This record gives sequence, structure tokens and C-alpha cells, in this order.
Amino acid sequence: MGEEVRDIIMSHIRRDVMGNTLSKGIRFDGRTFGQMRPVTVQRGVITTAEGSAIATIGDTTVLVANKFDVLKPFADRPKEGVLMTNAELLPSASARFEPGPPDENSIEMARVVDRAVRSAECVDVKSFFIEEDKVLGLYMDIYVMNDAGNYTDAASIAAAAALLDTRIPKVENAKIVRGEFTGPLNPKVLPVTTTMIKVGSSWLVDPSREEERVLETKMTIGTTEEHVCAMQKSKGSLSRDELLDLIDIAFKTGNDIRELLKRD
Amino acid sequence: MGGKSDIQLIVNGKRTDGRGMEDLRDLRIEVGVLPEADGSSYVQWGGNKIVCGVYGPRECIPRHDASPYHALVKCRYMMSPFSSLEEHSRSGPSRRSNELSKVIREAFENLVIAEKFPNTQIDIYIDVLQADGGTRTASITAAAVALANAGIPMKDMVAAVAVGKAGETLALDLNKLEDNFGQSDMPIAISHRDRKILLVQMDGLLTKDQVIEALDMAERGCDKVHEVQADALKRFYEKGEKEKMQW
Repeated sequence: MGEEVRDIIMSHIRRDVMGNTLSKGIRFDGRTFGQMRPVTVQRGVITTAEGSAIATIGDTTVLVANKFDVLKPFADRPKEGVLMTNAELLPSASARFEPGPPDENSIEMARVVDRAVRSAECVDVKSFFIEEDKVLGLYMDIYVMNDAGNYTDAASIAAAAALLDTRIPKVENAKIVRGEFTGPLNPKVLPVTTTMIKVGSSWLVDPSREEERVLETKMTIGTTEEHVCAMQKSKGSLSRDELLDLIDIAFKTGNDIRELLKRD
Repeated sequence: MGGKSDIQLIVNGKRTDGRGMEDLRDLRIEVGVLPEADGSSYVQWGGNKIVCGVYGPRECIPRHDASPYHALVKCRYMMSPFSSLEEHSRSGPSRRSNELSKVIREAFENLVIAEKFPNTQIDIYIDVLQADGGTRTASITAAAVALANAGIPMKDMVAAVAVGKAGETLALDLNKLEDNFGQSDMPIAISHRDRKILLVQMDGLLTKDQVIEALDMAERGCDKVHEVQADALKRFYEKGEKEKMQW
């Protein structure tokens, strides 16, 4: 919050200029409405974790590191492992991020990525059972390192890549033997989120920071090959027909990303 | 949520609480239950008991947050530590309640005519006293009524309900058991007149066709909820004498 007057006036001007440009079918950075910025993925960047990846979308850079610990299972699921997701918007990632406990934006992002991974059932938490009251817990830590817009999708791509990179640690006497593994995690499906924003009457895939500043509605949809696995509307509103169109776009964009993840 | 169910949620076309697939649980709404607040409501929906108080427009705190162009809509959704059947939980905000406060606020930002009250804030306080699945949709339903009761100008009314997969079929207004052991959950808030989706979330797995069916069910559900909301407001303003509140 804390809107300065200058910021408000600028955002009105920006919205007008961007609205005019978009009405000609052009985005500021030359992309089409449905086009993502270039996506790259690098796996295995953190060797102290059991799996990791850095994904970039344009200049947006997000690291996901997966680390296992032995934990107590939740009382209602005593035979299942635990998945925990946390996101940090590092203060060095953007002038608008500040040090301190996670704010609503980072909590929301972590929970949406978590929802997509969990719903897709790509992690077989039943195989995480060790013995009575002891299961493997997978901590999925998301570090937004540079925010040039759309850190949610970058986080979800990095999360999927990190899952592909993750190896299950060897467990002896209910303790993890660090550095030794029983095999890869082998995620069964790859959940990918697609974030779309509305500016004026245009829906844009993968908003840049510049576009995010003037967004009216923001919608994130997670997909697997066959299913919608997560949805989250943040700001604004949308019609039923718009939502159904966005689902089609999310499947298409998600499939492109899944191709890329399988290639690398 | 999301897990494969070990519990039989549908038996002979009936749900665990005897409802059909498109039946709402009993819903009761009361208006003006907190006389100190500018507007308030109480929603009893199945086993959910939710109280909502609205304050404002009033001075924005901290003042440097204030906008010279519009009122800030603020929302605090909170579950009481005694609200679930399981153990006593920690008081205060959680990651979940932070997220829900945000998405509920973002639903109402579309409705409140905030430009009328520059430099102010409007507070929506939602307290879940007892939880039985679907608290966010019940909270939105409650907050809409409390805002109306506070006399805050809005473009439209909103009602909310969740649709989910209990067993293999879609069901309206999931209860706690169906929420915990069902295959997916999709809470939706729809504005009454212009039919805009003001809140939508989803977890679990649905195909696109199932999403379409869920949207249809949610729309019909929201219409029913709206009737109860409108009736509650009408009753409040028609009756002169205040009756004793039955919590």
C-alpha cells in the first residue's frame, strides 16, 4: 500500500499509454498477448539440498531448493510424509521488497505453488513413511532473487524443475544419511501455473513488472497435462467466459513449459 | 484435501449429512448483531458460526497508507483457536488466514465505491467462532451483509459458495468432512447483478468440463444464498424492536 501521489499519477498515465498500445495489439516489450518471455531452467544449483533449480522468465529469477528432514506426521495423516512450502521475496530482488517476515504476497505465492504441486499429486507422500511417528518431510523453499514481473510462474517452473532434480535420501535408524540416496523422486506429473492479467480489455500472459503495475485483474491457473490443479484470483474480477478462455490458455502455456522441462 | 478418500462420501446418491448433490446446508443470517460496529452480521451455515463487524469509513491508520483518491478496504479474517474439533490451535494470524484475508479483501475492492471516501479506511473484521468447512465463502456472505448494514455504498451484492468433488461427483457447499476427504474444492464468489467472479480458488484436480459444471452449480448456489442475505437485511430494517439474538 502506501501509495504516493506521484505513483498514483504515474500509474494513471502508464495505464493510459499501455491501454493505447495494447489496443493496437502490441505489448511494450514487443510480445504478443499470449507469449511468455524466454524461459530458462538450470537444475542442481544447490548441492547441499536434495534437489534444486533456478528458473528465469526474462529477467525474473527464482530459486527453489528441496530439502528433506525427518518429521512427525500430521495427526490426521499418520502414514504420509509432509510437504512444506515457504517463499521469500528477497529484499535484493526488488526496490519494493523489504526485509522482515513473509507478507501476504509471499504467503499467497507460496500457497498457490504448494496447492498446484500438492493437487497434482506429483509427490508420492505415502512413500515418505519411515516408522510410527516418523516420516520424511520435504521443505520446498522458494527464493525470489530478481523480480521483473510474474514471480509466481517462475517459482512454479523452478519448483517443477527442482522436483525433477530431487533425489530421495537414504534413511538409516530413522535418520537421514546426508549425501546418500535411494533414487530419484520421479514426479509423476508436472504442475505448472500460468498467470494472466487484464489491462483494459486485453488479457496478457506472463506480465512484466511494468504491466503488473497497471493490472486490473490477476488470475493464476495451475495445470497438469489433463487437469486444472490450482486456481487463484487475486486482484479484480472476471466473467465466467473469460475464466474458461484463460483455462485454455493455461493448458497451452503449461504444456509448452512441460516440454521444456522434459527436454532439459 | 486433494488426497484420495478412504471414506465413502456418497452413499445411494446421498451425502454424509443426508443432502443431495446440490443442496445447501441450513443457512441463517442475522444483521446488526454487534451494536458497537457500524455494520455487522452473523452467519450460521451448517456448523459454521461466523461473526463479521464493519467499521468505517474512518481515519486511515497508519496515515501514510492513506490514498487521496479512495478509501482503503482492509480485511482481517481469523479463526478462533477453539473453532475446530481437533486440538486447540494457536491464536492469531496464520499463513492460511493471511491469504484468505487478502483474497476476501480483493473480492470487496471490486464492490465498495471507495472513491467516495478519500483518505479513509473501511475495516472488515471476520471472526470464525466455529468452523465446519467453507468458512471463506461463509465469510464473504457475512461481510457483504455487514457492509450493507454499515451503509457503505456498493456497486452490487455478492454471495459465495464452494463446489467440490466428493467421491467422484461434484457437490455444492462442501462440509468439513467432504472438504477434508473430497478430491477437490473450488470456492467461488459471484456478484449478484453483473455476474462477475469476485473470488475463485481451487485445489485438487478438475477437468475443464468439470470446471464448467462447477461454475453452473456455484451460480445457482449463490442465487440461493443471495435470497437469504436479502431476506436478512429486509427483516432487520422492517422490524422496529430488537429481538434477543440467538447465537
